[in-house]
Amino acid sequence: MSFEPKITLFSCHYASQQSCAEKGKELSQLGFPTSITLVRVPCTGKVQVTTLLQAFEDGADGVYVVGCPVDGCHNVKGSVRAAKRVTAVKKALEELDVESGRIEMFHLPRGLHPEFVAAGIAMDKKIRALGPSPFQS
Amino acid sequence: MIVAERKPMAEIIGMVKDCSKVLVLACRGCVTVCSAGGEREAAALASLIRLGMKKEGKTIQVIEGSLVRQCDKEYIDAIDEWDGQYDAIVSTACGVGVNFIANLRKATIVYPALNTTFFGGSAEQGIWTEQCAGCGNCVLHLTGGLCPVARCAKSLMNGPCGGSVGGRCEINKNTECIWQSIHDRLGSFGNQSQMKAIAPIRDWSTAGHGGPRKTVRDDLTL
Repeated sequence: MSFEPKITLFSCHYASQQSCAEKGKELSQLGFPTSITLVRVPCTGKVQVTTLLQAFEDGADGVYVVGCPVDGCHNVKGSVRAAKRVTAVKKALEELDVESGRIEMFHLPRGLHPEFVAAGIAMDKKIRALGPSPFQS
Repeated sequence: MIVAERKPMAEIIGMVKDCSKVLVLACRGCVTVCSAGGEREAAALASLIRLGMKKEGKTIQVIEGSLVRQCDKEYIDAIDEWDGQYDAIVSTACGVGVNFIANLRKATIVYPALNTTFFGGSAEQGIWTEQCAGCGNCVLHLTGGLCPVARCAKSLMNGPCGGSVGGRCEINKNTECIWQSIHDRLGSFGNQSQMKAIAPIRDWSTAGHGGPRKTVRDDLTL
């Protein structure tokens, strides 16, 4: 049976500028997976552990966060804070005996660049391999 | 403050596995300051309980609440607000809070979400260290303000033991030898001769070895 994953992406305003290019069409033209729902946030440092867990509660099979480079965050430490929260959720998933790879952190440069699309494709591939979320009732 | 940390989720899920509705009850006291059991941590725990139960094929209703503190009767009384809405309370307070709920709510099932670890302080952001053992007979005036009961691995009163190397404890190299630090600190005040005073055999009855302790202030009781 085919599996169409639901993946939630939290991306900072700066790293996801590509989503706005060509009136929002450029991402799809570049092959950005349709399984991914993009939630833009002013800074990934504002994304709380509870926000990430809620995404799983809302039915996501996978979740990932895209923030600024570690040494180049627009808000200095925002993406580092986000990475730590992603790590905290990874540990919590392991405690629940769920694959920690269902959540990931990416640090990407701002602006138009292929890495943003590549990260989405990699995440889509990984979640398809892992299969449906064990939190689906 | 009292420092604590969340129990493993498997242990918490094991507690609530037969419940259909629970109240995750945060404490806005010490455990909020040490980021173990405040409202934010309780919200994350509530989410993890829902996810964990869902993974087991069960559904559970989790409501969240918080009290100013869980170590005073007048605040515990506020639990009335959620009466009838839960099968059990999962408290994110320290062990004192869990005990207080058990003491005061005879018909309420209460589970601890945290392991209460020590009396400590925040050494730096995200790091807490034990500073006091609550032994009931403070000697800090003799030791430069540094506690050998809590911070010496052997709780020696006449240290150092002789096993430390380079100011590090022989039990754990990541721990400073507090007696070395006491010596250095007293020395900085020209007071290291105080180290030569022999501490007498200690009466540990104040440290809980005589059973649970109690403080009564006649000037405050009604």
